[in-house]
Amino acid sequence: MLVPDDLKYSETHEWIRLDGEIGTVGITDHAQTELTDVVYVELPHVGAKFEQKQAIAVVESVKAASDIYAPVTGEVTDTNTALENNPALVNTDPYGQGWLFKLKLAALDELAVLKDPAAYKAQIGA
Amino acid sequence: MASYPADLRRTPLFQEHLKLGAKMIEFGGWTMPVFYAGIMAEHQAVRNRVGIFDISHMGQIEVSGTAAANWLNTLLTNNLEKLSIGEGQYTLMLNERGGIIDDLIVYRRTETGYLMVVNAARIAQDYAWLEPHSIPEIRLVNQSEQYAAVAIQGPLSVELFKPIGQLPSRNHLDELQIAGTNLLVARTGYTGEDGFEIFYSASAAVAVWERFLALGEPLGIQPCGLGARDTLRLEACYPLNGADLSESRTPLEAGLGSFVDLEKPSFVGREALLMQKKHGPEQRLVALKVHDRSPPVRPHYSLFAAERQIGELTSGTLSPSLGVGIGLGYVEAGFARPGQEIEIDVRGRKFPATVEKKPLYRKHASS
Repeated sequence: MLVPDDLKYSETHEWIRLDGEIGTVGITDHAQTELTDVVYVELPHVGAKFEQKQAIAVVESVKAASDIYAPVTGEVTDTNTALENNPALVNTDPYGQGWLFKLKLAALDELAVLKDPAAYKAQIGA
Repeated sequence: MASYPADLRRTPLFQEHLKLGAKMIEFGGWTMPVFYAGIMAEHQAVRNRVGIFDISHMGQIEVSGTAAANWLNTLLTNNLEKLSIGEGQYTLMLNERGGIIDDLIVYRRTETGYLMVVNAARIAQDYAWLEPHSIPEIRLVNQSEQYAAVAIQGPLSVELFKPIGQLPSRNHLDELQIAGTNLLVARTGYTGEDGFEIFYSASAAVAVWERFLALGEPLGIQPCGLGARDTLRLEACYPLNGADLSESRTPLEAGLGSFVDLEKPSFVGREALLMQKKHGPEQRLVALKVHDRSPPVRPHYSLFAAERQIGELTSGTLSPSLGVGIGLGYVEAGFARPGQEIEIDVRGRKFPATVEKKPLYRKHASS
């Protein structure tokens, strides 16, 4: 199970990659494996604001719909429109082309409650 | 390794599923594989090649005796007199209100012996219903524990049998031998493809399963779980008991009237059905297809027409074959005609759909 070293992780299996005050968010390799074939992704609107741990998107497999939670508080600056036609990117490239949305962080100190790769690996037993 | 709840029942193939890397889920009191490779891949394997399913959780109830046919005819909706030895028919067992206790296939094994294949989650209820109705002239036995069963489904199903030089017949139950075990082979299934359901002794469960996997290997046989079983049966518009059928729904509401012989002098539920037929059911089970790309639609999503709620989905998915949301749901009878436009509410957004003729998917003409 892939857990890249340069990311932070939430308990609910989102990852965030920080670039200045913009964080790119997706779901982990472990999460996409558990979900199986992703067939639909419902993304937030650009400009919408979310609190940390608030439901922000929905990823659906054939079997179930799963809420995705904002790993940090912030405003949506971009969404991955490629997922509209190719939701399976979440399965094939969860840390790359399968990203979900970008957030402008409201409070950088919230990152402290996220997990580092070692802690996330421990959580999923990887 | 994950642990599995001890209070859930396991089929004799449980360890085989773990060996194949299946993800297991709870279904009707059983631990069953939901998928091995992935629902999509398994679905396509059955549509294009061949898949094998463990259906050992299903129940087998045997009825025998000179009065067996007459007795069963008072408890099942279809007419058993139509059955020759070796034939089977889809039928329903109703309560006095016409509600569906179970849907099942009954096979005539011998002159006076019948085998009922019933839903896994309903074995206890079925037997508890049949037993107090039984009469001294018949023998009623719940044999569910003694049987293992697999379904082999897909356009290449028949190819599996060619290397062993025994081809099951098209319309009759056949008794074949594989891995030194007697198999009861029926040409039926729950996927909308050609295929077989095969019943045999639970003690040979693993040996026969392994033999079929080996026979199917050159054909690309794929073990398939309940996930693909659900998408396949939904495309074929086969109802699922517990979702689309229940004790508060009648066969007329569910569109299963062709499996009910109201000409029979009496069977449990007949009076209620005659009454309902006079006025027509208030709701009907329809097949829906979403127009465009949409999220998967799911059980209990609300259905709207004429700006009000007119029903609810009982099953739904994203059809792997059609690429759009499909479902079965009960709607007010006035909205049940094919061509009727209906909106499906998905988390507050409404997606347009059309009532379609069943089935939503039809297999390619056999060559």
